Amino acid sequence: MLEARDLYKSFGKIAAVRGVSFTARDGQITGLLGPNGAGKSTTLRMLYTVLKADAGDAFIDGKSVTLDPLAARRAIGVLSHGAGVYNNLTARENIAYFGELHGLSREDREARAGELIEMLEMQPFADRLAKGYSQGQKLKTALARALVHRPRNLLLDEPTNGLDVMAVRNLRKLLGQLRDAGHCVLFSSHVMHEVEQLCDEVVMVNGGQVVAAGPLAEIRARAGNAQLEDAFVSLMDGGGADS
Amino acid sequence: MKLRGIWAVFRKEFRENMRDRRTLLSALVFGPVISPILVAVLVQFGISHAETQSDENIQVAVTHAENAPNLVDYLSARGVDIVKVNFDEAAARHAVATQTHKIILEIPGDFGERLQHGEPAPVILYSDSSRGFERRGVGRVRALVSTYGIEIAQLRFLARGIDPISVLPISVQEIDVSTPTGRSVLVLNMMTYLVLLSMLFGGLYLAIDATAGERERGSLEVLLTSPVPREHLIYGKIGAAASYMLISLLLTVAMFAVAMSFVGLEQLGITANLGPAAAMKMVACCAPLILFGSAYLTIISAFAKTYREAQTYLQLVITIPTMPLIFAGMLGLQPKLAWMFVPFLSQHLLMTTVVRAEPIETLHMVVSVASTLVYGALLTYIAGRLYRREALLG
Repeated sequence: MLEARDLYKSFGKIAAVRGVSFTARDGQITGLLGPNGAGKSTTLRMLYTVLKADAGDAFIDGKSVTLDPLAARRAIGVLSHGAGVYNNLTARENIAYFGELHGLSREDREARAGELIEMLEMQPFADRLAKGYSQGQKLKTALARALVHRPRNLLLDEPTNGLDVMAVRNLRKLLGQLRDAGHCVLFSSHVMHEVEQLCDEVVMVNGGQVVAAGPLAEIRARAGNAQLEDAFVSLMDGGGADS
Repeated sequence: MKLRGIWAVFRKEFRENMRDRRTLLSALVFGPVISPILVAVLVQFGISHAETQSDENIQVAVTHAENAPNLVDYLSARGVDIVKVNFDEAAARHAVATQTHKIILEIPGDFGERLQHGEPAPVILYSDSSRGFERRGVGRVRALVSTYGIEIAQLRFLARGIDPISVLPISVQEIDVSTPTGRSVLVLNMMTYLVLLSMLFGGLYLAIDATAGERERGSLEVLLTSPVPREHLIYGKIGAAASYMLISLLLTVAMFAVAMSFVGLEQLGITANLGPAAAMKMVACCAPLILFGSAYLTIISAFAKTYREAQTYLQLVITIPTMPLIFAGMLGLQPKLAWMFVPFLSQHLLMTTVVRAEPIETLHMVVSVASTLVYGALLTYIAGRLYRREALLG
């Protein structure tokens, strides 16, 4: 479970996040939705501990990201923006490396890498250097890397960027499986129909603040519109701040 | 404190870079192979050149030699190989320009006549002064010709009953002290300089990759979400860069030892001391620097936003620590305790001592090693602090 509590973050004079609070529960996929520059990435980065909040705190399975970042990191898997992998390592080595960083023993991480390669259907390219990977293959590698230590919580920053239809479909299937296995999945996106197809819960942010949060159906109903896109536009207009 | 993160990062960086052509080229080829060959060729060239200058006959093409048989005999008796040719001015110019002949002496048709009438008799000397190697040869020919002229003048004075000594009020005696040993200092400076530089280049790409490369690839954020203290990540990377520097250092010194064994260093007056023992001592002198070097380069590249930017910075910055060496060369610094506190300079002085087969003072060695390691540890700590900053993410 992920919990953001009144997070604030500024870069110089620009206030990127201004008091964001929400909860992402286990066994659910939560979508962080908002236009470009709304503060989605900054919020995620505070949750996955690479940025320190100016004020507020976040908790991962109850562990504070500011007070005990190492413990928080053990409980999360992260797919960062761009999903960069190491080009001179194979997918298998990329995965095993993160297993090692997470403290898995050699047998453990090798077994786990094999398991993930099978699960994500990466066999055709798993032992080739990542140099020549397609965007979809890179994403699978990055995803497997994020899952190597069996984290309870998964955070994904714009995971569908640059993917073709098939890859998006595969990702959707996988995230569904993870949810059904009881994981807490949080991802950011600005693509409406993606969120609509995937999410159980939606957190809409704009101008560094939460403008709406709740189950997908509820959000739609609250805006009086059937389509999420229309709900989104009306909420942005109504509740959105200055950006 | 758990160190497994450092070890994991070190192993991964080491392995990944072994597969990177650019890293391998700069660590294992450019420095270690090319610089010893460069120095060996230069030394060899310098030796053979020096020999040419002093002992060997100079070859001079003389056009219209028949106009001055005595002068030609005089020259050939004094170490000038005469090649008789028949050029007009244009042909002579062309021959020098194309280097068919390096020096051409033209004797005009009225040479003998003018000489007989006591008028100044011109000769024309063609050479290409942009080719530095011929300059001394030309100087010698010119000196010989004027000596010949002076001898004629002296005979004329004698014929008129004047003591020829009285018309030579000043005699200049030149003594050239540029000994082979003096030149060897330059060679030594160049060698230690290249050893240190090639060592630094060995870790260059790893240092860039540590921050700028990871950031550009988009892997830095995920790396920072692993449950390893951030400074441990950078320690592992510095360690990997240091290991490449060590490999580069070992190879460079070994290659220098091999290359120099093919070159007659004795002829430069150096007791050629680059056997296995000396090579090992040189490595021992430099090894403490690898921590300093890799931390230093890592810190610089942490400030760069992109790979290219880091590359640009580093190629400039990499030469800064080697600046003291240039001064050492110019000022002819000798090893003394104070210099042992200066990284790079102390290694340079110690290596020079080793190659000269002079004894190293234990205190000097201890101070050099200890101070360099302390600076290295300090820089590593600073690099660790930098890796904790958020600005690192760019």
